[in-house]
Amino acid sequence: MKSCLVVDDSRVIRKVACRILLDLGFETSEAEDGGTALEACRRHMPDMILLDWCMPNMTGIEFLRALRRERDGERPIVVFCTTENDVAHITEALGAGANEYIMKPFDRAIIQAKLVEVGLA
Amino acid sequence: MEQADIIYLARMLRRRSGLLLGQPKTHAIESRLAPVMRRFGFKDVDALIRELRHGRDALARAVTEAMTTNESSFFRDRAAFERFRDAVLPALLMQRAATRRLRIWSAACAAGQEPYSIAMILHDRKLLAEGWTIDLIATDLNSEMIARAELGVYSHFEVQRGLPARSLAAHFNQAGGVWRINESLRRMVTFRQFNLLDSFGWLDDIDVVFCRNVLMYFDPKTKAHVLDKIGEVLAPDGYLLLGPVETSQGLSNDFAPTDATCGVHVKAGRALPRVAMG
Repeated sequence: MKSCLVVDDSRVIRKVACRILLDLGFETSEAEDGGTALEACRRHMPDMILLDWCMPNMTGIEFLRALRRERDGERPIVVFCTTENDVAHITEALGAGANEYIMKPFDRAIIQAKLVEVGLA
Repeated sequence: MEQADIIYLARMLRRRSGLLLGQPKTHAIESRLAPVMRRFGFKDVDALIRELRHGRDALARAVTEAMTTNESSFFRDRAAFERFRDAVLPALLMQRAATRRLRIWSAACAAGQEPYSIAMILHDRKLLAEGWTIDLIATDLNSEMIARAELGVYSHFEVQRGLPARSLAAHFNQAGGVWRINESLRRMVTFRQFNLLDSFGWLDDIDVVFCRNVLMYFDPKTKAHVLDKIGEVLAPDGYLLLGPVETSQGLSNDFAPTDATCGVHVKAGRALPRVAMG
């Protein structure tokens, strides 16, 4: 079973995303900010990370850059999931090492389509 | 709806567009026809069908368009587009090296996702920059879909199904909550409302025909007829791409599939270019 860490400061978003991912056959875990997520990754590197952009303490993009420097940190597929919905943010995310990008609001079909994109469907 | 009205509607649809109505639920028909009822001021579908029986052409056209399926997405059936990009296009570029001209037809383009997906592949291959002339023709029975396709504007949800984020960032601009295809890609495509039952006389020497997820809505006789006409306008060394659940076998002797899954066909008896065999 593939594992996915859902990183978002909104409890509701984490709950909705985890429910969809569980339904799609993933084992899920949650983190409410980048720092907590980084600690979680050091303990267990997930197969995929669904990542919000704007979070307290450490933004999604800061987390991503830090993650990619970690041992085994190149391995997880990182999919941004954010309200930042413009070309500049998408380009910055992909440039920093994100594999895909979801713009909120999202639904199951969008998550499923992005899983196909990253080869995890 | 009376059974006789459903039968009348089915016959009209088949005559005007080749579409098979199948066994739809009454509420499904009413739901499809609701916008037409509003537009033409009918209080219910029974009144609409009564007027339809009087042979009002504009109404019949609107009803036919409303009953068509316009479901689509960018790079729908990814394997087929990968096959086009990695096998068909390289072969074609060798075949057309002398003329440096490609003619591609998207025969049922809905809101434009298919021709724009093709345009993205051609753009990424830098063919225009290398001096190729591209005729990318896109047609659909539904005039509203053609108008939408010409605008090239898509919702938040439409651009997140099938379209990689890298392609979205490269080929679209975001403005006011919608996504607009870049002008350079929009200009690559010529859109036209067209019924596949009509004469193909204005088309000739097409290198690739995308006729995907269309024939499945037709009866066998109409499928064979459309395939015959495609055979007439397709270049002898051209390619036909059908949908994943569609085939020319048993319908036309003009075509032979090149693979079991991607729907790529060539004219029967033609030796395949090595690159196209993958």
